[in-house]
Amino acid sequence: MQLVGMERAGTASVLTARGSGLVTCRQCTRVWPMATEICGRCGTKLRSRDDLSMQKVWAWWLTGVIAYVPANLYPMLETRALFDTQDSTIVGGAVDLLLHGAPVVALVILIASVLIPVGKFLAIAYLAVTVGRRAQTRNADRHKLFEFVEFIGRWSMIDVFVVAILSSLVQLSSLATIKPGPASLAFAISVIATMISAQSFDSRMIWDTGFPPKAPQA
Amino acid sequence: MGDGLLMDGPSEKVLVDVAPENLMACSECDALYQAVAPEPETLIVCERCHHVIARPRRKAGMTVISLAFATLVLVVAATFLPFLSISVAGVENSASLIDTALAFSEGGLAFLALATVALIILIPTLRMLLILYVLVPIVFDRPPARRAKSAFRMSIALKPWSMAEIFVIGCAVALVKIVDLADVAFGPAFWMFSALVIIVTLQERLLCSWSVWNALEQPQS
Repeated sequence: MQLVGMERAGTASVLTARGSGLVTCRQCTRVWPMATEICGRCGTKLRSRDDLSMQKVWAWWLTGVIAYVPANLYPMLETRALFDTQDSTIVGGAVDLLLHGAPVVALVILIASVLIPVGKFLAIAYLAVTVGRRAQTRNADRHKLFEFVEFIGRWSMIDVFVVAILSSLVQLSSLATIKPGPASLAFAISVIATMISAQSFDSRMIWDTGFPPKAPQA
Repeated sequence: MGDGLLMDGPSEKVLVDVAPENLMACSECDALYQAVAPEPETLIVCERCHHVIARPRRKAGMTVISLAFATLVLVVAATFLPFLSISVAGVENSASLIDTALAFSEGGLAFLALATVALIILIPTLRMLLILYVLVPIVFDRPPARRAKSAFRMSIALKPWSMAEIFVIGCAVALVKIVDLADVAFGPAFWMFSALVIIVTLQERLLCSWSVWNALEQPQS
């Protein structure tokens, strides 16, 4: 499609809606004069940039990080079999699986519950810290990272669902019962908070240079 | 330093004569484009950030509606049928989605029970109802439903919170975890949910929200 304006080779010198005194509707892509408050086509509230974006990102990020601590310290599952009670944490459960000859599932759990959450914390922090810096050449990379973080976030819920499935299924009176441990709640809160943190991130700021971004001209 | 601001320079003049109605911008990076008409079978990609802005398709509306109906039937049926069953030394148990969601209701984890019901049953169902509400009038050339715009906006906002497909993978992981401990078998609801995953993925590929907004804008009589 046709870009408005000229693209200077190798830089992000693209004309933006904001740079032209226009505000973009993020739902339906229409642009309106900067002072417009509600999109006349789809009724979405218009904001050129979400000024509170970074505050929301950091607040939810912190919630996610804090909740991730008890999620790893407390047991995810409490298994009771005949005479023996066993509590397993996220990492402990994965190690058990590994020892019982299910390395692939152990890997899935480790990726979904450790690698992805920790990676997301780091990625969101990196993106939030670098917003507004004049790293123009890396904008495309940072945007790709953001899209990946947004896409992958929901998949961390897998471990919470596994706990739910096991605790509803393994209810065999005295033979064996599985109960959800307190870590399941902490982990779910951590995943949900991190998802909201990523959603609060206004990705258009990745492309802005200078912070706050250039003010519109009348 | 002076070079840093976006688009100081000749191209600002390009815009002088273009009215906002004839422009559109990328929702993810704000790059400004000349507006295009929704041509079927084209892919509109932002040149700067490569975000897929639109993917209009001919006759996608009808397919999306049928898939939404199929999803509704499957979710409702799969909610009450068992999806996994287990037996050890003659003791048996099976679990349905609703059992699973309520597994957290004991032991003070009520919030988690609520969240699980919402993420795997309520939100997917609600999304499909909203999509049907918005699309059925459009596809059958009727005037848009009342508050169709709010309904469609809500269906988009709910998208990341609709987690049925993640639940299916969770089933498979749970199965492997206890396969040593007991005899485990997939019940009918598991296969229904697996079908659901394929349907939801297909539907997502077909449903182009940009085209829906265009359609909702046309005043139809």
